[in-house]
Amino acid sequence: MADDSIPRRGFLAGAGVASAGAAALTAGLPQAEAAAAEPVPVQTWLVLTADEAAFFSATADTMIPADALSPSGSDCGVPVFIDRQLAGAWGAGAKMYRAGPFHQGTPEQGYQLPLTPRDYFAAGVEAANAWSRKTYGKTFDRLTPDQRAEALTAMESGKAAFDDFDAKVFFQRLLVITMEGFFSDPIYGGNRGKASWRMLGFPGLPATYAGKVEEYRGKRYVAEPQSIADFS
Amino acid sequence: MAIRLKEIDAVVIGMGWAGGIMARELTLTGLNVVGLERGPDHRPAQDFAMPGIRDELKYQQRLELMGDNSIDTITFRNQPAQMALPIRRWSAFLPGEGVGGTGNHWGGSHWRFQPDDFRLRTYLQTRYGATSVPDTMTIQDWPVSYDELEPYYDRFDKVCGVSGKAGNLKGRKIAGGNVFEGPRANDYPNRPMPASEGGAIFAAAAKSLGYHPFPVPFSAASAPYKNIYGVAMGACQECGFCTRTACEASAKASTVTTIMPALRQEPKFELRTRVFVSKLVYDKAAKRVTGVLYTDLKTGQEYEQPANIVVLSAFVFSNTHMLLHSGIGVPYDHATGKGQVGKNYCYQFEAPAAAFFPDKELNPYMGSPGGGVVIDDFNNASFDHSGLGFFGGGYIIASSGGSPPISGRSVPEGTPAWGNQWKRETVKWYYHSMHFNTQGSVYGHRDNYMDLDPTYKDALGRPLLRLTYNGTDNDHAMSRYLLSRVEGIIKAMGPAHYELRPRPKNFTIVPYQSTHNAGGTIMGTDPGNSVVNRYLQTWDAHNLFVMGASTFPQQNGYNPTGTLGALALWSADKIKNSYLKNPGPLVHA
Repeated sequence: MADDSIPRRGFLAGAGVASAGAAALTAGLPQAEAAAAEPVPVQTWLVLTADEAAFFSATADTMIPADALSPSGSDCGVPVFIDRQLAGAWGAGAKMYRAGPFHQGTPEQGYQLPLTPRDYFAAGVEAANAWSRKTYGKTFDRLTPDQRAEALTAMESGKAAFDDFDAKVFFQRLLVITMEGFFSDPIYGGNRGKASWRMLGFPGLPATYAGKVEEYRGKRYVAEPQSIADFS
Repeated sequence: MAIRLKEIDAVVIGMGWAGGIMARELTLTGLNVVGLERGPDHRPAQDFAMPGIRDELKYQQRLELMGDNSIDTITFRNQPAQMALPIRRWSAFLPGEGVGGTGNHWGGSHWRFQPDDFRLRTYLQTRYGATSVPDTMTIQDWPVSYDELEPYYDRFDKVCGVSGKAGNLKGRKIAGGNVFEGPRANDYPNRPMPASEGGAIFAAAAKSLGYHPFPVPFSAASAPYKNIYGVAMGACQECGFCTRTACEASAKASTVTTIMPALRQEPKFELRTRVFVSKLVYDKAAKRVTGVLYTDLKTGQEYEQPANIVVLSAFVFSNTHMLLHSGIGVPYDHATGKGQVGKNYCYQFEAPAAAFFPDKELNPYMGSPGGGVVIDDFNNASFDHSGLGFFGGGYIIASSGGSPPISGRSVPEGTPAWGNQWKRETVKWYYHSMHFNTQGSVYGHRDNYMDLDPTYKDALGRPLLRLTYNGTDNDHAMSRYLLSRVEGIIKAMGPAHYELRPRPKNFTIVPYQSTHNAGGTIMGTDPGNSVVNRYLQTWDAHNLFVMGASTFPQQNGYNPTGTLGALALWSADKIKNSYLKNPGPLVHA
């Protein structure tokens, strides 16, 4: 485990999006928002450990790589979103039936673990990093971009065998929470600058579309996206 | 120790659609009514207000308006031989909680069943032969006819301000409406919503194939509307955030938007929220329920509320559970096929499809569910089933719109789920895909039922309800047939790509499929084939009325709410005109 003693890269030294992250963060944004985004505050985490923050940043950037369409997942705030979700009521298992006894059940019977989402992801990151160390000699965040893609593909297809943890199910839940962070309203900490909404052409919240279905029949409706914060 | 309260004329358990209707109708007859609701009250002006109501993460993903599984859920298994395990978080179906219930977050598809749906077994045996219905298919006729219910369907249309176009006015067929529907006394209160672009393309193709497209009947006002209770509804704003979310414009019909504004002014009505009803107090010898036991979740205090009339109007699962737990009626015994409570659980068999049109601009986030276009040519009695090997059917609907970015992105099968190519394909298709759905019937089967779970308990220590359900060969064959009809229409639309998305062989409690559950406290002609009679009065307690889709003998190829509302109004009328004058059994078995 010599590997783990080496200090993490820049974004972890600043615990998030400082330094190198800042330039990337504003790169994809129009002038006005870039100005509004400065200065970038030091990222602090509500519940994520340094290892978890590094893992979610790396998986977000692999699932949502920076390209002409949008900045990367971490530059869009996906790890911040995940941190806040896991720290909140949902992450703590609100509205979840958690009484035993516990049995594995069939796939048709759905999620049957006692773990809250926060505990589930903590255990999953540990298992994924243990597998990554065994397979590549490094934790996931230290893999090359090609290795990360290969590792995620192995989890997705069920070829990666984690110790005592279902890698395939973990991958699906990781994909869902990553996409939620990328596409949800920016009030939750992801989708910074409405990057994913701009990418899709999703206008966010309308006050109303009454009459617009007919007015824009066969024509594309184009509008500056608006978030909940823009109405508040 | 429960505190015994003063007796009330009527107590209503569950303030969703049926509970709201009964509370309003019974107070109009002069009764004092208490409404008991496990969840919170919902006031649109503060709870469903802009901009927070347009939040896909909160409502669509985190299920803000749905029931709390931590205090009450059900267990599930596919087969009687399996161990059932708890549904730890709602997914396949999403029962709501709080005043308004599931009606707050529904999509507003507002349907009547076909006249022959109400005499299903007789219809099938008459048309296809006395031995045509297999022994395992436990379907039965309703004890009420379409013609009897029509005035109440009509009244419910006027509670909701439904927007649509009639296809059968007093027997006269009208092109552009649903020509397969039963005769209506009146057209819809409001004109239909504009068709989505996807719906319009579908309509043209369906018509070219000789089918009969029409706008989906939508339980929202397309223009400002005052309903029969004097409640003002706003006009639909076509915001695109309808399903799983409540309506900021008070245009989508629910108990909250169409009934509560009147009930809040009604001195004969008292609403008690955050109270969890645990049991009906049953006097078996007197064939009466004397009241209900509930725990106030705000204080932990248990109360007994005596009542002259008890209306059980919770969700399908809770209705069935309450009777089983209170020892009312005979539980269904799977081994012998005897007993009625829990029998004929029926889901809705919805299978979707998608098509991709690179050259069409579909503005996928815009519009209401009322922008959908339907054909009803393949519902139960709309077509000849000879030689097909199944019974049943359902309507086919197509639309674009209502596709927010987390849950509404559609890409062709085989597209990577992440990475650069995923991004390119997601952007490429977002504006250019549309969706189809088939609203398939589910006919009762002796292996699909509900009973009490031997292992798991709810927050009050009661055994959970156990659901045993799997898709039957009949229903799979029906669904494949509907999808094959969809495919024919899609081909006529000329997409660059399309895909049918049939349901897997085994029913699975993830992902979401439909909230349309039915059965468990079914209605019939005598205690040997049902739990309630034609007026929704239980055979075993004459002052207990059970409301909702739990009383449907089977699930038809339509959304249940239109019929659920009509049945509540029909029952309320009978209570008013007969039961109050002469309390006792309304049907003598």
